[in-house]
Amino acid sequence: MDFSFTDEQELLADSVRRYLADHYALEQRRRIIASPSGSSAAVWQGFADLGLPGLIAPDDLGGLDGGPIETLRVAGVMGEHLVVEPFLSSAIIATQALLDLGSPSQVQRLLPPMLSGERIAVLADAASAGDAARLAPVLATRTPSGFRLSGRIEVVYHAPLADHLLVSARTGEADVTNALFMVDRAMAGVHLVPYASVDAQAVADVELDLEVPATARLGEDASASLERVRETGRVALCAETLGVLDRALAITVEYTRTRQQFGGPIARFQVLQHRLVEMLMRIEQARSLVFLAASRLGSADAGARSAAVAAAKVLIDDAARFVGEEAVQLHGGMGVADESPISHYFKRLVAAQIRFGSAATHLERYAGTMDLSG
Amino acid sequence: MDLNLTPAEQAFRSQVRALLAAHLPPDMRRRTLRARIEVADIRRWQGILHSQGWGAVHWPVDFGGRGATPIEQYLFELECAEAGAPVQLAFGLRMLAPVLMKFGSPAQQQHFLPRILSGEDWWCQGYSEPGAGSDLASLRTQAVRQGDDYLVSGQKCWNTLGQFADWIFCLVRTDTGVKPQRGISMLLIDMKSPGITLRPTVLLDGTPEVNEIWFDQVRVPVANRVGEENQGWTYAKYLLGHERANIAGVGASRVELKRLKRLAAATMRNGRPLLQSEDFRRRLARVEIDLLALEYTNLRVLSAPEAASAGTQASILKIRGSQIRQHLSELLVEARGAAALRFAGRGPGGEMTALPLEDEEPGLTAAYLNLRKLSIFGGSNEIQKNIIAQSLLGM
Repeated sequence: MDFSFTDEQELLADSVRRYLADHYALEQRRRIIASPSGSSAAVWQGFADLGLPGLIAPDDLGGLDGGPIETLRVAGVMGEHLVVEPFLSSAIIATQALLDLGSPSQVQRLLPPMLSGERIAVLADAASAGDAARLAPVLATRTPSGFRLSGRIEVVYHAPLADHLLVSARTGEADVTNALFMVDRAMAGVHLVPYASVDAQAVADVELDLEVPATARLGEDASASLERVRETGRVALCAETLGVLDRALAITVEYTRTRQQFGGPIARFQVLQHRLVEMLMRIEQARSLVFLAASRLGSADAGARSAAVAAAKVLIDDAARFVGEEAVQLHGGMGVADESPISHYFKRLVAAQIRFGSAATHLERYAGTMDLSG
Repeated sequence: MDLNLTPAEQAFRSQVRALLAAHLPPDMRRRTLRARIEVADIRRWQGILHSQGWGAVHWPVDFGGRGATPIEQYLFELECAEAGAPVQLAFGLRMLAPVLMKFGSPAQQQHFLPRILSGEDWWCQGYSEPGAGSDLASLRTQAVRQGDDYLVSGQKCWNTLGQFADWIFCLVRTDTGVKPQRGISMLLIDMKSPGITLRPTVLLDGTPEVNEIWFDQVRVPVANRVGEENQGWTYAKYLLGHERANIAGVGASRVELKRLKRLAAATMRNGRPLLQSEDFRRRLARVEIDLLALEYTNLRVLSAPEAASAGTQASILKIRGSQIRQHLSELLVEARGAAALRFAGRGPGGEMTALPLEDEEPGLTAAYLNLRKLSIFGGSNEIQKNIIAQSLLGM
């Protein structure tokens, strides 16, 4: 059994960390999220220079040929710096969808400009956004030359930055997505209502009412493949959140060591020490299951895969809530000030608990499939 | 990263399974899976393991062990627990033996280690005192040098299963004029020595699992001191930090989780099996997830090279392991319903007896009560948190 990263994986993480240390200090990030697009094209180009948009793309297509473990490592570094550029959305989730469902010609057409950093694609999928009233709000009806797509998907991360939307839809009455379509954001009939998310990322509600050619469809019955793509996204989000959690704890530890009250650092109080320890333990428990989930993503056993992913999301959310709230509390008044770094880590942890479905949803999913034999 | 067992680890596990299939007596298995711990079973099982060359998988080959890696040790414990083998007595095998191997004299090693391995000597531990629990270093049992002997006087308590012990390893004070940690020595004391009085302490589950022990001018040869005088605290810390492979008790919790599922399937509530209750099933799922995380945290710790942070990691495993096991025992009592109120039987003369094994799930309530100890002994969970905090905060 081996829980370590290879030298290559560590080198990759170091190069991302070095880039972010130079270009993504909290003050720089503050300017980026205050800008009109809420994202930095220069940083995205910087990522492209490092090859990151192609992290999981095969090398014969110009990618780095990485998999779930490389994603785990890099996403954690992104989390440490609270990156708001669409690494998860485009480089991992949309790329995985394209590779799993696209035909060779669709991949050939879409992927190269994504790898070079010129184009961004995102998956528009209600079940990836979070718990929602309808999991398949877009209806696809056949027309003589293709499909008519109509419906509205709420809170699609990075849709305002995207050139391509990969839209999940249903072709029947059941509330189940079974088809994926490539839609250019610039097309008539695509309307975005943009927002900033609670964790300061560019999101939008996507309203669709347009006709697309039959060639816009990726794959045939997409339900199983889409679930696998969502699992990739959930694990990537969990991995990113580990980075957020590690930094949130480190910042809080440092604060308690330096904050002086009653004639000394507040870290000397046992009641605070034990809460910091509980934060650490929840992170470590979650980390073990995120590693397990990442390792099982490649497994052909769909049951084992989805159980591990659900279990990881349950414990990541548990850690995110506990660590986020305690970190703010231990900062006292500074914890609720926007100028404090910890408040931004807290909001990222709030978003992580909502995205891709809540802990309650994933616990129910796990409970529904667990082995009940004694 | 590869979270599958290596071929060598799989082969080791197959060997353990074959050993258990061939040599674990069915009656012993039945008692152990019902959480009935018999001293005779512990002795007999150690003898069986020893005769098969498996008496101490974690010991180096030179001392008669199998030199198992930490992961192999973990697999051994897990397979034994799941198969229903009695737990091996830790005091000699896991606690004293590593200290003797590192700090003991050649004579001590040659005399005591083979007898621990075979199960011939039953060891117990003399650490806690009425005034020295979490603050162990304040212990007052005193050893005064007289020629080639020490004369030991004082009182120990919370001594586990000492009523069966042949020997006790004790922390005693040999210097009162220095910082408490600096004046402690470790002595090996024959329980048959004149001047030793032992009185069992009945615990809240009704069993005399622990004892008070009084020492009145007990004569102990200086040759039975481990290592140097006044270095006992160092040896005690070495002993505590040494155990990582089974401190989380994953195997025991897995057995209890299966038991909980069996019980919940057989228990009717509101006209349907408890296992069909969504609320219960969700709580079952949560504890299974916590246990899965503990299992992989344990494996992660064992796969890493032994680091300076080993003590911290052992503390995390101890805290989470005890919490999960205690939580499972709560759920078992809950699932048992009204029947959990049955606590003991009555014999023909009206005397209290153990619940009959024929009862489907005897002793769940007693186990719940007994397992409160998990977060108290071996350094309470609060002390473990202090240890972790010290390393986390660097203070």
